[in-house]
Amino acid sequence: MWSGRQGRLRPVGCVVEELRCRRREREAALRKARREQQLVSKRLLRDDVLEEVEGGCVAKILGEAEIQQFLRLAQRGTEEKERERALVSLRRGLQHPETQQTFIWLEGSIRTLVGLLTSSQALLQLEAARCLHELSHSEQSAVAEACLPATSYLLTYLSGHSSDFIELCLYTLGNLIVESEAVRRQLLPQGIVPALAACIQSPHLTVLEALGYALSQLLQAKEAPEMIIPSVLGSTLPQHILRLLQPGPKLNLGVAVEFAWCLHYIICSQVNNALLIYHGGLSTLGLLLLDVAGAVQRTEDAGLELLACPVLRCLSNLLTEAAVEVGGGPNQLEDERVVAALFILLQFFLQKQPSLLPEGLWLLNNLTANSSSFCTSLLSMDLIEPLLQLLPVSNVVLTVLCNVAEKGPAYCQHLWPGPLLPCLMGTLASSDTEVVGQSLELLQLLFLYRPEAVEAFLQQSGLQVLEQHQEEAQLQDRVRALQKTALHR
Amino acid sequence: MQLPPALRSRLVGAPGAAEPLPVQRDPAAGAPPFHFAARRVRFPRDHEFFEDGDVQRHLYLQDVLTQVTEAPERPRVPEFTCQGAGCCQVFDTLEDYEHHYHTLHRNVCSFCRRAFPSVHLLDTHILEWHDSLFQILSERQDMYQCLVEGCTEKFKTGKDRKDHLVRRHLYPADFRFDKPKKSRGSATPVATVQVLAEALGDDGEQSGGDAMEVCSEHAAPLPERVGERRTYSHRIPSTICFGQGASRGFKSTKKRKEHR
Repeated sequence: MWSGRQGRLRPVGCVVEELRCRRREREAALRKARREQQLVSKRLLRDDVLEEVEGGCVAKILGEAEIQQFLRLAQRGTEEKERERALVSLRRGLQHPETQQTFIWLEGSIRTLVGLLTSSQALLQLEAARCLHELSHSEQSAVAEACLPATSYLLTYLSGHSSDFIELCLYTLGNLIVESEAVRRQLLPQGIVPALAACIQSPHLTVLEALGYALSQLLQAKEAPEMIIPSVLGSTLPQHILRLLQPGPKLNLGVAVEFAWCLHYIICSQVNNALLIYHGGLSTLGLLLLDVAGAVQRTEDAGLELLACPVLRCLSNLLTEAAVEVGGGPNQLEDERVVAALFILLQFFLQKQPSLLPEGLWLLNNLTANSSSFCTSLLSMDLIEPLLQLLPVSNVVLTVLCNVAEKGPAYCQHLWPGPLLPCLMGTLASSDTEVVGQSLELLQLLFLYRPEAVEAFLQQSGLQVLEQHQEEAQLQDRVRALQKTALHR
Repeated sequence: MQLPPALRSRLVGAPGAAEPLPVQRDPAAGAPPFHFAARRVRFPRDHEFFEDGDVQRHLYLQDVLTQVTEAPERPRVPEFTCQGAGCCQVFDTLEDYEHHYHTLHRNVCSFCRRAFPSVHLLDTHILEWHDSLFQILSERQDMYQCLVEGCTEKFKTGKDRKDHLVRRHLYPADFRFDKPKKSRGSATPVATVQVLAEALGDDGEQSGGDAMEVCSEHAAPLPERVGERRTYSHRIPSTICFGQGASRGFKSTKKRKEHR
């Protein structure tokens, strides 16, 4: 997974409560950003070990003269170690927004830095890249955009071989990508998509995770459906992404998370999902879901929901494609283990991440809606009762039950007798019109295909429950119809 | 939430599904006033349904969420020297060495010892600088290939290619990996003089501004930096061509302090 590298410099002596508070603030800010369609995050790669070696103390802000001195030394110093040290000092100073501002406005500074980036001294190159990375992470547009002259080189280096360096370049590119559409308008003609398609063949996990990050940033862009996703789909990237998501011993969680999110952004943009199905996307994602469900049972690891979420979304959205409607063949998902996996995940969400329950139930709806096979699986694997336990969570539970019931008498036979009817009595008494409405739909199906249930309904004071809603505009027609059915049995 | 115990074993069992129960619908099902119809639902990118999951994703990106695995250890090793030809750099971590090796020794031209960041650029260089057939062929057909990965355009001259890089691919006009071939000195193999290389020290890399090659071209004067003084003033005269040194970077400008 994303290794324990630090994000921002951690505040010293931070209390747990402060952390929680900070997280709540961050969360609120992110929600607001998303509603304004400004959801943008950058990643900072800072080496803990390196920090320790360098003395670990907080870097100080550098002034103009100091920056110039460091640049001069790095560029023209006679001794190698001296040049490196100068650049390291600059890099540490650049951790500060003030230093960053001073730096970018200094004439020739970026030019010098780019020159050092292309130097033949490997360590100077690396340090220069780290400086750029700090700049790329800035929240100030002017600072991040100051890195633009370096992008052609960053992309060129993606075809290199030094995995650490490539990783750094990728995270820097990923940060720059989200900066603005203007930046992307430069990166696309510079060949970022082919460069990524070549780089994704790297065997290094750190490189792959960084690449997945950068690609996910690119795919998340506002203009992605029109300007970016078509060329991504036209490259070899989709096949490689699916390859990297194959479950098995070689599956790396951190890498999988990034590429699962990539796939989600591609699929939910609805550009050409048939292509992904053609490349075996459904089967890969189904098997991956099984893998995640298995992992969830084995460990208490936080973080598996980060993978479960995009996988659920991808599967769910892919199932709506027309290519899937045609029965049989590799385009179909017909393995009932998928349903088993989903329920294991639902249980996991209930304990660890309840906010993901609606997404899990959405997938369950899409699995069962048009599939007699999956509806049968729900029944044969005794999943109705666990499903009913989720009634308080979402109305989609009722929708799924309707999916099962509408398939006819053979299905309703397994729904009653059973715990369904008593639960329904509960939901019918709800004050939520939506809930009651869904319950009425289910009741109609049940009465239609399992007339014996009517008697039980009446015995459980069903008519009185129905009466409560007689005056409700949205419900009264259906209430009356059911009352009629019940009385004329 | 209680799950049936058989569920977990089903997960690790064989793929497949039980025979589906027969479907038998009555037209009255879902008929007015009822309206239920089983259907799959899709959500587009920006739908608020995805808000929670998206927020979690970004919290993770911003490192607020707990990390899952530990950072790999970066062990320090006893100092060792690079074994590359003529190279005497010393390292104490494998990562530093890896990067050095890949930068300087990996994609090296065997004719002129220049190092390149990728195989693609090395191949292009060898073709354009050291292949005599290339010169002949390029008079009749477009041989200068675009440097951008994935672009298959070819051009009559290096200049045309540069124009293409700038206009189509928004590359900088002084892209350092697209140097024009020198008019003399590079068709003949250059002697790699070990001793000289060490005496010269490693490339005093001059960065920024001019990027001219040694040996035959006169360098343009450096742009003066604000508030800086030059510490040295000479370039190697064009008539002298040193052994280029064991590991030349792509920037091969040599600067020497003038000893008085």
